[in-house]
Amino acid sequence: MSNIDKNQFVKKSMVLSALSLALSLPIYVDTSVAGDFPTAKVNTTGLSVTDDVVKVGILHSATGTMAISETGSIQAEKLAIAQINEAGGVLGRKIEVIQEDGASDWPTFAEKSKKLLENDKVAAVFGCWTSASRKAALPVFEKDNGLLFYPTFYEGLEQSKNVFYTGQEATQQILAGLDWIAKEKKAKTFYLIGSDYIWPRTSMKIARKHIEQHLGGTVVGEEYVALGDTQFGSVINKIKLEKPDVIYAAVVGGSNVAWFKQLNAAGLNAKKQNMLTISVTEDEVLGIGGENLEGFYSAMKYFQSLKNSNNDKFVAEFKKAYGEKAVIGDVTQAAYLGPWLWKAAVERAGSFDVDKAVAALPGYELTTAPEGYVKVDPNHHLLSKLRIGQWRKDGQADMVYESGLINPDPFPKGYQ
Amino acid sequence: MFGYSMEDVGNIVVMQGFSGLSLFSVLLLMALGLAIIFGQMGVINMAHGEFMTVGAYTTVFLSKMAVEFDIVNSYFIFAIIAAFILAFFIGYFVEYALIRHLYKRPLDTLLATWGLSLVMQQIFRSTFGAKEVSAELPEWLLGSFKPTPDIDIPINGVFVMGLALIVTVGVYLFMFRSRGGLRIRATVQNRMMAGAVGINTQKVDRLTFALGCGIAGVAGAAFTTIASTGPTTGSLYIVDSFMVVVFGGAASLMGTIASAFGIAQAQSILQFFMTSSMGKVSTLMTIVIILMMRPEGLFASKVRK
Amino acid sequence: MTVFLNKYFGGKQGAINLAILAILLLVIFPLWLDLFRLGLIGKYVTYAFVAVSLVLLWGNGGILSLGQGMFFGLGGYCMAMFLKLEASDPISTKIQTTPGIPDFMDWNQLTEIPWFWLPFKSFPLTVFFVLAVPTFLAFIIGYAMFKRRVGGVYFAIITQAIALILSILIVGQQGYTGGVNGITDLKTLLGWDIRTDSAKYVLYFINASLLIGVIILSNYVLSSKFGMLLLAMRDKEERVRFSGYDVSSFKIFIFCFAAMISAIGGAMFTLQIGFMSPSFVGIVPSIEMVIFAAVGGRMSLIGAVYGALLVNFGKTMFSENFPELWLFLMGGLFIAVVMFFPDGLAGVYRDHAKNFNIADWLIARYTKFLKKDPNMLGDKV
Repeated sequence: MSNIDKNQFVKKSMVLSALSLALSLPIYVDTSVAGDFPTAKVNTTGLSVTDDVVKVGILHSATGTMAISETGSIQAEKLAIAQINEAGGVLGRKIEVIQEDGASDWPTFAEKSKKLLENDKVAAVFGCWTSASRKAALPVFEKDNGLLFYPTFYEGLEQSKNVFYTGQEATQQILAGLDWIAKEKKAKTFYLIGSDYIWPRTSMKIARKHIEQHLGGTVVGEEYVALGDTQFGSVINKIKLEKPDVIYAAVVGGSNVAWFKQLNAAGLNAKKQNMLTISVTEDEVLGIGGENLEGFYSAMKYFQSLKNSNNDKFVAEFKKAYGEKAVIGDVTQAAYLGPWLWKAAVERAGSFDVDKAVAALPGYELTTAPEGYVKVDPNHHLLSKLRIGQWRKDGQADMVYESGLINPDPFPKGYQ
Repeated sequence: MFGYSMEDVGNIVVMQGFSGLSLFSVLLLMALGLAIIFGQMGVINMAHGEFMTVGAYTTVFLSKMAVEFDIVNSYFIFAIIAAFILAFFIGYFVEYALIRHLYKRPLDTLLATWGLSLVMQQIFRSTFGAKEVSAELPEWLLGSFKPTPDIDIPINGVFVMGLALIVTVGVYLFMFRSRGGLRIRATVQNRMMAGAVGINTQKVDRLTFALGCGIAGVAGAAFTTIASTGPTTGSLYIVDSFMVVVFGGAASLMGTIASAFGIAQAQSILQFFMTSSMGKVSTLMTIVIILMMRPEGLFASKVRK
Repeated sequence: MTVFLNKYFGGKQGAINLAILAILLLVIFPLWLDLFRLGLIGKYVTYAFVAVSLVLLWGNGGILSLGQGMFFGLGGYCMAMFLKLEASDPISTKIQTTPGIPDFMDWNQLTEIPWFWLPFKSFPLTVFFVLAVPTFLAFIIGYAMFKRRVGGVYFAIITQAIALILSILIVGQQGYTGGVNGITDLKTLLGWDIRTDSAKYVLYFINASLLIGVIILSNYVLSSKFGMLLLAMRDKEERVRFSGYDVSSFKIFIFCFAAMISAIGGAMFTLQIGFMSPSFVGIVPSIEMVIFAAVGGRMSLIGAVYGALLVNFGKTMFSENFPELWLFLMGGLFIAVVMFFPDGLAGVYRDHAKNFNIADWLIARYTKFLKKDPNMLGDKV
């Protein structure tokens, strides 16, 4: 009996000493890093922040039709978070990711946003891809005062206190590109074609105004194809009849592949026809096939082939994480910026509180972005450059033009 | 005429006529397999689009092999045959494991095959990744054929058209000029009697279903030349396939052919004179209105009830 | 009493089952779950309306409609149009080119509210349209199909085709419908902010009570002579017709009734979630809703509710933890239910649980124990 007691006593004291040893280590670390930012002080709104972990959400479609596009964004966001953690985290806390699947279904995006904000109390969410998913999630973010970093280039016409838009809004992507091609190709006639939903329609509205009012050109056709339509025979014939100097295209998804394949088969390749598209990134090229795109132009803020030291490092690390064959498109790069911008916001504010972080971010200059220098505008969009890339057969683009920094203007006067 | 030269208009009429025919053959290829299965067996195969995707991925996979062995110019024919065989055997297995238990409950086959389509989509995604892929196409399938300098006839369109013709004629010969077809027709007309005279009706069902799936595979392989390949590609096609079958009346091959032709011409012409999406919607609206007045479709259904 | 129970609750057992469901929805869930999870349950309950409508239509009537999502969506859209007009007052939309119209109309260069939106300025008219528009559409479809004796698989795929066309129309006409984004950013109902926590509770209780009401009403329909005829039509349509009944009119009626029930679910969805999207109108949700009914049991009104709750709960749980596995599971569920459990959960419950009386079981167990049956104690001895 007494033997047993003794043994237990020894065991207990050993456990205790081991415990105190284990505990003393983190306490020591805390005082050196996170200790300057006690949890009670950096988190006054009940977010999921402890002394050593802060939780954030990633909300994209891993399944369904949009998984094609959103996979790259998930990868980029995870890469950025891993890099931040390696460098010591945010305010001394490691970032822990809660990933949710929007399943290409807009109501699900609203449901999952709610879950992330109300249940998991995440400090920030990196996510949404289509405008529809953002529109569905936006009221949730505004009501629960969450913080969303949205990576896709989009139609503008929106500016929310709770969202930072790391992609380009429509005017940033459209105006400089049209100026370039009008000058370079002495283009006077334009044919506009896009998928039938809000982003292409708004983009084409801006493009038409710009062509007619500023470039002195004419729009000889404006065409919208149903989402998912794969038959372009009649449309291509109309284009052949009009013989435009430039086709300006914003076709998306499965239609995009069919559009380029059938255009080429109908004899309209880059030797015969100029085309500037705002909906083809390196991701889309995989499905379309480089031979169908060769010679056409894309207007984006980022291409994988961009030459600068930030990008060389980014491309190398992305490939290291996701394989040699991984490609990086415009949105993937914009998604990569999200976690870095959030880290900057929190550190500038010295707090995870959404209101303080949001207030601290405008004016911030990120110099380590793969696309080069970006600055956060007070309207929550980024100042960025526009680049025109000409596609090669191997699926990469040659840079043929780079603009200066363009101010974001989500509600452009004179273009509405 | 409207500021275009007569020559231009002439060229466009030729090319527009071709694109109407091309759309016709695409729709026909899509719907044939579905029509056979539904028309002959009364089973709706909701996984039809996924069987097309099987064909498409087979082609993509073989094209990667072909690049390795430098036989890009000749592999495509084999890819189509391989797509048929693979889809045929998957269909054969699916009939054995799933469909044959449900012949007495046709509504339930519809649900079960829908479940199957979800599973197949996820298998594609897990195996080939979520991103779209493209098949390396042989030189002779690219570009266009030029009878005059201003007329371009897409070669992939001609190819799909030829394939649709071959498949349709093949199905016709099989159904009406072969012992196998005779057995299928006999089973459809009177299952009991067919069984009584020594036809293995279970085997006939299995072959019919597999044949429909095989044709879907061929269609999928052919469409890699004109459109994309991804895990959810099937869902782009299933809709149009259904329209053609429903509108045609689902019973006869003739119905399917007539309906594919009608829809293709209407859509092609409307899309030329309206915007593309309006043209599509107008076509669909016309189909619905006709279906309201004639719900059994163009060619009335005479399937066993 | 028994007559009363049979008429409204489907017998004594039915009354008990309904009471359990009511207590679960109205007492246990609100007390046990936080507002977020309760909101999810509220969403599932709106789908349960559709599942209940499918029990009437499919389980009892033998008519499989793959377009119930269309009626759900139409009901939801009618409600959303009213809320959107209320949310688009000139002050909160002053940034637009034309203030006072919904934002998506402004983006699509519309300068005034189209005529078919105008009735939705009135709440009573909106409530009327929520019920009437889907019912009327169901009437047209039903009239065209059933009068020509189209049924079975063919009816299923035609309803599906119509659902598809409607969704393409809604997506394509974005100036009038909000397109692929749907109608979003809904705020108030007659000045009452539906986004607050208290509003969410109130809406949840209205929603759950409506569902109980709908089940009672459906029980009434099924227990009437009409309900008997419905079953008879499902099993031997020709005989009912030759007995002198107008089969097609009965079918049209039950189709319209089912459409109306689905529409209530849709309208409640809009109120609780705060937006409506064309993704509910298309093929996928329509078929998913059939599986809710199938899992719960296509013959059981209450089973269908549990089916909707369970499948959606599973969907939420699984997609939170294993998004890749979810489609396998969902697909497998479709196949398994159809092949092995055609009567769903309700069937399993009926076959195993109903004959299972806990009192009898305990008594049997106890007598065995008194007899000191060696088998009873098993390997513990």
